[in-house]
Parts: sequence; structure tokens; C-alpha cells
Amino acid sequence: MELYRSHVLVCGGTGCVSSGCNLIIEKFKESLKNHNIEREIKLVKTGCFGLCEAGPIVIVYPEGAFYSQINPESVDIIVEEHLLKGRIVKDLLFKDSVKEDKIKAIDEVVFYKKQLRIALRNCGVIDPEAIEEYIAFDGYKALATVLTEMQPEEVVEIIKQSGLRGRGGGGFPTGLKWEFTAKAEGDKKYIVTNADEGDPGAFMDRSILEGDPHVIVEAMAIAGYAVGSDMGFVYVRAEYPIAVERLQIAIDDAREQELLGEGIFGTDFNFDIEIRLGAGAFVCGEETALINSIEGKRGMPKPRPPFPAQSGIGGKPTLLNNVETFANIPQIVLNGAEWLAKIGTEKAKGTKVFALGGKINNTGLLEIPMGTTIRDVIYDIGGGIPNGKAFKAVQTGGPSGGCIPTEHIDTPIDYESLIELASMMGSGGMIVMDEDNCMIDIARFFLDFTVEESCGKCPPCRIGTKRMLEILDNITEGKGKLEDIDKLERLAKNIKESSLCGLGQTAPNPVLSTLKYFRGEYEAQLELL
Amino acid sequence: MTKEILTEENYKNLQRQIDKHKNKEGALIPILNEAQKIFGYVPIEVQKRVSEELKMALSEIYGVVTFYSQFTLKPRGELVIGVCLGTACYVRNAQLIVDKISDLIHVEVGETSPDGKYTLEATRCIGACGLAPVLTVNQDVYGRLTLEDIPEIISKY
Repeated sequence: MELYRSHVLVCGGTGCVSSGCNLIIEKFKESLKNHNIEREIKLVKTGCFGLCEAGPIVIVYPEGAFYSQINPESVDIIVEEHLLKGRIVKDLLFKDSVKEDKIKAIDEVVFYKKQLRIALRNCGVIDPEAIEEYIAFDGYKALATVLTEMQPEEVVEIIKQSGLRGRGGGGFPTGLKWEFTAKAEGDKKYIVTNADEGDPGAFMDRSILEGDPHVIVEAMAIAGYAVGSDMGFVYVRAEYPIAVERLQIAIDDAREQELLGEGIFGTDFNFDIEIRLGAGAFVCGEETALINSIEGKRGMPKPRPPFPAQSGIGGKPTLLNNVETFANIPQIVLNGAEWLAKIGTEKAKGTKVFALGGKINNTGLLEIPMGTTIRDVIYDIGGGIPNGKAFKAVQTGGPSGGCIPTEHIDTPIDYESLIELASMMGSGGMIVMDEDNCMIDIARFFLDFTVEESCGKCPPCRIGTKRMLEILDNITEGKGKLEDIDKLERLAKNIKESSLCGLGQTAPNPVLSTLKYFRGEYEAQLELL
Repeated sequence: MTKEILTEENYKNLQRQIDKHKNKEGALIPILNEAQKIFGYVPIEVQKRVSEELKMALSEIYGVVTFYSQFTLKPRGELVIGVCLGTACYVRNAQLIVDKISDLIHVEVGETSPDGKYTLEATRCIGACGLAPVLTVNQDVYGRLTLEDIPEIISKY
């Protein structure tokens, strides 16, 4: 192995690619070569560091110097000053990492300080396209342990004991899902990773696939062993080209190293993975719709039961977990169920990744222990609201969730607490709104989304959401009547109770939660008539 | 659109993809994804070819093509301008950006200009929320947009 005196990590997540990181990497290559130090400095393109606002981001180790919003001109300065002369370029550092002229390392920056990274542990740390780097960070060790030292039932038991719950929205206990699938009768079983991340404003699954694709490969193989499956699918949005590319490289490399395929680790366990691309339909995040889509059909949901654990792809037992859920698995196997169970709240164990966006200073990706308060997320990690504006609400759960107002800002975040506030965890999108945002407009925005994405199978969702949207349109255009609020509430209740799948059952939430906390805005709009 | 798209060569490419996928479970969607890439859209002629090859009813294929937003029945413009209307972009006034572009190029959202140059789309979240509001022109991404940036971006192409 070659030794380097410094490592230059350049973020290659979608956010930083959009702000031009590829140019920065080229520039570094050129500059290192010009100064004849390309053999002393290792240049690595990593996955997402999380702080997308400050992109393109460059971190130089061993100092942990955190450079933000780097442009090609500043690359030469970093190479000449920092890498040649050993002087950190203060002017280019991320603003929070310089305090009273002292330089803080990356993990001391407030954005990272309150975080606990389990699912994101390798994101922004390793080169996602190098299987050796994943292995160096304990990669595939959990799979080896499971295959050589454990019975399948023991693996299921460990996941059950850890208290891990689904990170894709519903929060169903992961261990139970594994147990149901393991106990189901079937000559063939499937493992599916749900990476059809459709919530607008949520991009944690994409960042994990881009930053640490091997963790998904390893977790799926572990799940395959636990439930008795030899075939897995990753269903991923076609809108995520970088994620698809890196995942394919990971699968190919794992096959080459015989970590996928036949007789893994010299045992008689076989497992392989295939990528399936989504084709742009939000409803395919629902598990039965996703299965239909993998089978090549219109992605419409089916009534449950039977659950996929009994009858999934081709009628065979199928285990579906979200990307973030799977990203927790190898660490649980290595550290034990107790380790995860100690983190978080009574009912929600471990951490959750959130995508913070909207009117907030530090937009980006963060991972916090369950039970962290909304205030900590917005004011500490998020750095507060820009331009001196006042915080108004935070929207969680995407089109299925609701808006949480200032008076509940000290609520600890977990599955149940957010539902009590008429919102939900969802996949982890968190959009901050300031005093300038109109709440009726936000409710209308989400409803417009659901109307478009409703698959049309069941009438409450297909027709009901459309009627709600028309009423909201009337209100915003000044043509509303006072009784419209009652009508909206009645329709919302009926749609929630009678829709076939989660999409319809939660579609009225943005309207209900804004009616609950911002009723005055609706009334003011109606009284203006 | 005067350019010939339904060429023999494109059909040959399609055939290669059909042969590659057709024995898989759920082959239809991967094949349609490839068809969309090869032809730029999935017209009824292409659907018929897929129907014959997979021995699957045309109605079923049409049902799938019209269900998913990645598949289009009409050719798209040379420049596809996609303005992200995900939540993060929306609360940072992405709607005004769409309206401005629509005014500039005289194309409504979801439409293609008669000369086949522009297609304007309101896209779903592309996950670049840190740079909101964001737009894409084909493969290029522009972030941290203000209304003033728009004419310059359009004039580049």
C-alpha cells in the first residue's frame, strides 16, 4: 500500500456535482502535477459530506481543514499554500470553522457536532467506487460474521432486539418484517431495496447510494441469508444517474471479489443483485405498487393482506426495506442489538437522516439520534433562518406530512411525536419556511403533487384529492366561501379513511395540518371577499 | 421535427435491447427505458414492435407507457429545460423562474416549441436542494438561481 502525506477529499455528491466539483477535481490533478507532488497527495472523490449549501466542498486531511465554495482559482492557492507550504488558507475555510482566529477541525463544526452518523458513516469519508476502501472501514465484515458464525434465526433475532424500525416512512419494526419473510413458505424468495425516493425535498437514499453503495450490497446479502433468499433487486429512480452508476460498480466489484454470486465466503450461500430503474411514478414507493412495477406492470398498489412477506414478486415471499434501513444493518450486526437500542428514544431506536432545505442557512443532509429536538436541528445544525427573517413552520413527511409551527419547536423527533403533531417522519425531508411563505399555498403545492401522482385506481384518492384542490384553488383565487373549510375537513376525513394505499390515506395531511395550526390564514383569505 | 427518428438503425438498436432483456422477469420496463433513450420518445410504432417481440398485448404496453412520466408519446425538443419544482425549490420561488422562462421562450410548461428547439418541464425534486432553486438544461445543472440569471442561461444555447 502506498503512503501519502495528505489526503484531499472532494465531495462528488449530486449537490456538489451541480456546483461544479468535477472541474475542481480536474484542476487539482493538474495543479498537483504542475507542482510535482501528485505522488505525495492522494486525491479522492467521495460521496456527500452533507453540507450541500457550501459546495463544492474540499477537505484536506490530516488537518481536517474544511474548505467551502471552492472555485478553480482557489485550487492553486490551496495547493501552493496548504499542500506545499503547510499553511491552511483561512480565507477559503467554511465560515463556521474559523473562530477567533482558531481553526476547528471538521467534526468540531456545529453542523456536524450534534450529529451521529450510522447510516451515513462512510459518506464523504471513502471513495464509493473503491471496494478496498469500504473493506478497510469494516466492510463485508458483518456479512462474513453472519455467514460463518450465525444461524439465520440469530440474525433475525438481533435485528428484532435492536428495535430498528423502517426509515422509509411507515416505521414498521424491521425485525418483524424479516421474521415474517423468513417464516413464509416459498421455493424462491426475494430481497428488495426501495430506493424510489419520490418525496420532493428528500435525498438521503440517493446520498447513501452515491456515497456508500457497498453498504446496501452487504446488507441485502445479510438479509438474504437471514430470510432464505438468493436474489435481490434495487428499485431506484431513473432520475438518479450517479447513484445508479456507483451502485452498478459496487455490484460488479462485489461479484469480482466473490462477495456476491455462488458460495460466498466458502459457504453454500448464494446471492446476487440486479438494479431495476423506476420510470417516474411517485406511487411506486408504496411496496405493492413497487412490486407491480418490478414485474413490468403499471405501478398500482394492491390491497394488503396479503403482505409482500407472504406474496410479493411473482407471488413469492419478498422482503422490502428502504435504503436507509439497510444502511443500519451491518453496524447492528457488528456492534450488537444493545448498541443500537441504547441510542434514541423509548420507541424509536438509533438515528434518522434528514434532508434539510428551504429557508435555512445550512441546507444539506444530517443524521441525528432519535429524540433530538426540532429546535436543535433548525437553530444549531441548520444555523437558523437566513436574512433575519422569522421561523414560521417546518414541513416534514413530504406530501404525506404536515407543517409544524413555532409553538412545537421543542418537540423531540420520533415517529409518534410527529404523528401527534399531525405530521409524520416520512422519509426524512425537512423543509423550513419563514414568515414570507403562505401556508395555504404550501398545502396547495402538496395537493397538486398528489393529484398528479394519484394512480387513479381508487376513487377516494383519484376524485377526492382533485375536489380538495379545486376548493383550495377557489380560496387562493378569492372565490372561496366560508363553508369551504368544513367541506375540506369532511373530504379529508373520508379520503383518509377510504383510500386503498398510503398515498391516498395521507394525501390530506398537508391541508389538515395547516388548517390546524394556521386556520387564521384560511379565514383571513375567505373574509377578504 | 423534420429529423428522421424511426430509422432502421434505431430499430436495430431496439432489437438488441429486446434480445438482452426479454427473458428476465418484468422485462417490459427496462426495454421501454432503452426505447425512450434510443428514439427520444416511445411512439405507437415502437410500442407495436415491442408488443410483437414480447408477445404481449399492445393495450398493456400502452397502459404502461402512459402510466410512467419517463415515457413520452411525443418527441421532445433539442433543449429540455427542466425547472425543479420540489418543495425546497418551491419555497425559494421556483414558480417565478418557470414563469419567466415560459415568457422568454414562448413555451408553456409541459410543451415543446413548434420548431422543436425547446421543451419546458416542471421536474420533480432532483435532490440538489442545497442549491435551490435549480434548473437543468439537458445534462447541465444551474443552481442558486435568481430571475436575473435566466436570460443569460437561455442565451448560452
